[in-house]
Amino acid sequence: MDAELILIQLFSGVALGAILVITALGLSIIFGMLGVVNFAHGALFMVGAYGGLWVASLTGSFWWGLLVAPIMIGLFGMIIEWLLVRPLYGRSVDDPLLLTFGLSYVLVEAVRIVFGNDGIPFPTPSQLTGVANLGIGYFPIYRLFVIVVVAVVLLLLWLALEKTKFGLIVRAGARDPTIMRVLGVNISKVWLLVFGVGVGLAALGGVLAGPMRTVNPEMGSLVLIEAFVVTVIGGLGSLLGSVVAGLLVGIAISMTALFAPELGTIVMFALMALILLVRPRGLFGKTA
Amino acid sequence: MAMLEIKDLHAWYGASHILHGVSIAVGQGEVVALVGRNGAGKTTTIRSIMGLMPRMTGNISFAGTDLMTLQAHQRFRLGLAYVPEDRRIVPGLTVRENLQLGLVASHAGINERDAIDEIAESFPRLKERLDQEGATMSGGEQQMLAIARAMIAKPKMILLDEPSEGIMPVLVEEMGVLFRRLRDQGVTLLLVEQNVEWALRLADRAVIIDQGEVVHESSSAALLADKAIQERYCAV
Ligand SMILES: Nc1ncnc2c1ncn2[C@@H]1O[C@H](COP(=O)(O)OP(=O)(O)O)[C@@H](O)[C@H]1O
Ligand SMILES: [Mg+2]
Repeated sequence: MDAELILIQLFSGVALGAILVITALGLSIIFGMLGVVNFAHGALFMVGAYGGLWVASLTGSFWWGLLVAPIMIGLFGMIIEWLLVRPLYGRSVDDPLLLTFGLSYVLVEAVRIVFGNDGIPFPTPSQLTGVANLGIGYFPIYRLFVIVVVAVVLLLLWLALEKTKFGLIVRAGARDPTIMRVLGVNISKVWLLVFGVGVGLAALGGVLAGPMRTVNPEMGSLVLIEAFVVTVIGGLGSLLGSVVAGLLVGIAISMTALFAPELGTIVMFALMALILLVRPRGLFGKTA
Repeated sequence: MAMLEIKDLHAWYGASHILHGVSIAVGQGEVVALVGRNGAGKTTTIRSIMGLMPRMTGNISFAGTDLMTLQAHQRFRLGLAYVPEDRRIVPGLTVRENLQLGLVASHAGINERDAIDEIAESFPRLKERLDQEGATMSGGEQQMLAIARAMIAKPKMILLDEPSEGIMPVLVEEMGVLFRRLRDQGVTLLLVEQNVEWALRLADRAVIIDQGEVVHESSSAALLADKAIQERYCAV
């Protein structure tokens, strides 16, 4: 097998991993801050893909889809938090879990009704079709673009978390919401925003993934599992962990596809089992 | 008019009725010691003032504002700061960041850098450790940080829950000096303490609480002299 093929596949893995990173980060932020396991995350990823497609077809521009859909769906996420998740705080952790689980079915059915059962192709924007020669080989431009977008979003998230007052509130609030309240912070508002950002990241993952596959109502279910695997491998609540694990899983799936395509999903679980054997709390999980 | 006025306060944890009609008034600029044995209801009283109890009835007003309908963060914004018993230094954050947390809710008027410089002058131990992780410091230093964090936004009143607990005598001394200075600046203090003598020396007035009820109120000098009552309600 020649080296260039392996390199291209490795690169595909990074692009796939980038989408996993952005999606898993949303899941991880919501869990880390609110303690909510968002089972609707995959469905929101799917809604993101449809939303992007819809806005793109209305405006005739992929770029509007990429920009507007995650924001719209992020706002939708805030409505979900406010209307449905918030009343469940302080109750058993199962409650928001069951709620979001149910919500994911509602979303899938709603999309089915509006857009139909069949897969819809998500055209790659004309500016991003074709391949680019990077000196070491030819790589699809769209995948390069995905990697760049994810890198930029990660950088922005990092800056927001580490360098702003709101980021400080989020980091501290994840550890101790009560102390934030007695220091004058309306923590409910913070949770609302964080939930919106987390959902927006899932939607962004969906829009970005669209042109790399067909869009269909079921596309979120595997993504949800992948995102869970990524957060577990990375260590629950660790954002850096999600980044490293997302890339790792993306590359693992992609490389397996080269040798044994039917093992793509299994290899992800094998990787998780292996890493948990060595590090029970994941790569970057904090001990107790 | 009292700065803080609690009237007929009842509070519950689930089905257990903890406070049975507590009434306490703290005047503007006054230092009041709230004492009583373990489990008497001191922490519950303070948590009620901050709005952290799951269920309570009665009346609490602060600087003329009714607190009962306000959430904890709104109470802080009225100028009511709280130093919890367990300090609650946020792990993973530096001393400086923990101090910044005390300022995140104050909108205008306070320059963050100046405020931290100023507070560092009052807390030399913190000044040397601004970039160290707060939660890795000794218990006493963490207590100082919790107090500094509560003070930094210049509240009108500070509620302190057993600040001297488990702390080296030198630091308790330093803390006493600090509280006197705060009082001189006109800050109102409600000081919950097990270290009764120390608290009474700092306070103007003393309130004893027992089994969720106020059982004694007097000047702290009077209580300091009355060993019998101290024995009866404050002995461990
Ligand atoms: N979280 C809680 N749940 C149930 N009961 C509690 C809780 N915290 C305190 N109590 C009970 O409330 C009573 C008063 O406690 P507290 O206010 O902490 O006393 P103090 O601060 O005076 O030592 C005690 O009997 C204690 O057991
Ligand atoms: Mg107590």
